[in-house]
Amino acid sequence: MEVVSKRTDRRSFLNYLLGTGIGAAVVSFFYPVIKFLIPPRIAEAPTSSVVAAKVGEVAPNTGKVFRFGSKPGILINGPDGSLRAYSATCTHLDCIVQYRPDMQNIWCACHNGRYDLNGLNIAGPPPRPLEVYDVRTRSGEIVVSKKGG
Amino acid sequence: MLRSLSQRTWNWLDERLNLDELIAHAKEKTVPIHKHTLWYYLGGMTAFLFFVQVVTGILLLLYYRPSSDNAFESVQFIMTEVHFGWLVRSVHSWGANLMIAAAFAHMFSVYFLRAYRKPRELTWVTGILFLFIALTFGFSGYLLPWNELSFFATKVGTEIAGVIPLVGHFLKRFLRGGEDVTGATLTRFFGWHVAMLPAAAAMLLMAHLFMVQRLGMSSPEESTDGADNPSHGKTMLFFPNFLLRDLVGWLIALGILGALAAIYPWELGVKADPFASAPANIKPEWYFVFMFQTLKILPAKILFMDGEVLGILAFGLAGLVGLLVPFLDTQSGPNRTSLIFTVLGVVALVYMVAMTVIAYI
Repeated sequence: MEVVSKRTDRRSFLNYLLGTGIGAAVVSFFYPVIKFLIPPRIAEAPTSSVVAAKVGEVAPNTGKVFRFGSKPGILINGPDGSLRAYSATCTHLDCIVQYRPDMQNIWCACHNGRYDLNGLNIAGPPPRPLEVYDVRTRSGEIVVSKKGG
Repeated sequence: MLRSLSQRTWNWLDERLNLDELIAHAKEKTVPIHKHTLWYYLGGMTAFLFFVQVVTGILLLLYYRPSSDNAFESVQFIMTEVHFGWLVRSVHSWGANLMIAAAFAHMFSVYFLRAYRKPRELTWVTGILFLFIALTFGFSGYLLPWNELSFFATKVGTEIAGVIPLVGHFLKRFLRGGEDVTGATLTRFFGWHVAMLPAAAAMLLMAHLFMVQRLGMSSPEESTDGADNPSHGKTMLFFPNFLLRDLVGWLIALGILGALAAIYPWELGVKADPFASAPANIKPEWYFVFMFQTLKILPAKILFMDGEVLGILAFGLAGLVGLLVPFLDTQSGPNRTSLIFTVLGVVALVYMVAMTVIAYI
């Protein structure tokens, strides 16, 4: 009887070794595959200021989407001729907004979200205001920069 | 001469593989005849349309180039220069829509006829998983022409994954191949669309068909104690009676596909520009429209949560309930239906149709 139980012990010990060994091997096969699927982080120089347009390029009561690093920004020449700039990424689901001269506010075509000329979400599903940028004019160019940047 | 040659070939194979036994088995297969028999054709219709997608998809692969610089131009080339390229691509796009329509119709007919009851729970689960894969096929394939509409549909779709609590940001990066929708997203979607999803779909389809073969057709009167189909009631042979009817259906479907592709060739639109505003009247494919319309209607805040988070979680929960229906519905039996699940099904169907209609009017 004792012999049998010793044998079972030895067998279950071997099974345990085999099982954990196979388990570890499977993990080591799949670890690189899973890591491969996750995209690497690409270091990007943070953009704090760009030339969005030339002075006079954007007529009053119109807007222009420009490149702010890897993200879109929107420059708006208001009905009163004042220049404003915001992030053009809708805070609802990442669409790119546009200026609607007829409504005189910022509109997102995807889910009908609206923002006023201070970037505040005033209608539709957007949960947060748009990020507001600083606008300056420098030797014929309109320069947009992050607040405090 | 030819006949004897084919007979000799058959005999040669039969001697080795014992094919006559398989034939004898197949000859016994029957399909119940009753007032709902028509619905049995929808599964085969979905499978046939999937086959059309595989064939046209392989053809498109010969000319398509998956990069943000080339994708749009290569589809343009297919549509304008390649012989019958417009036909192949339009059949692929229309076929995708018809396949998803057939899959939805198949699902609802199976649901309302309670065919998911024991012993067919896993047939239902593999079917629902196949439907999810089909929707993922639709979503990933939509981006491949790299046009304005598909670019924004992908931005919104992947952002939806991004608002899921806890895992959202990781999931979004995983889907996009980075922080934003770029060429990296396109190659990723391409890889899923032409390799991973077809492999997954083929496995699910095989499991689904194996179970259908193993268990036979469900009949609304059938008992759930694992007994065979009731011997009473009319039946027809699967070979050749049912299969020939299937073939007629497939031929009609192919005719409709060809007509749609010829009369309404699939549009290519405008090339995607990651630094342009979303165009007005933007909409996803019709099978996502009910979710799109819901997100449009939901207010920015519901109690303490963002509206869209709540909406997305609700759709996720509904999908999970759909997947697990056979295990949740313990009431349905032979000639007995569960009121709750009938109501749930009707509500889901009416909601989807109503939201879709609202979006289009």
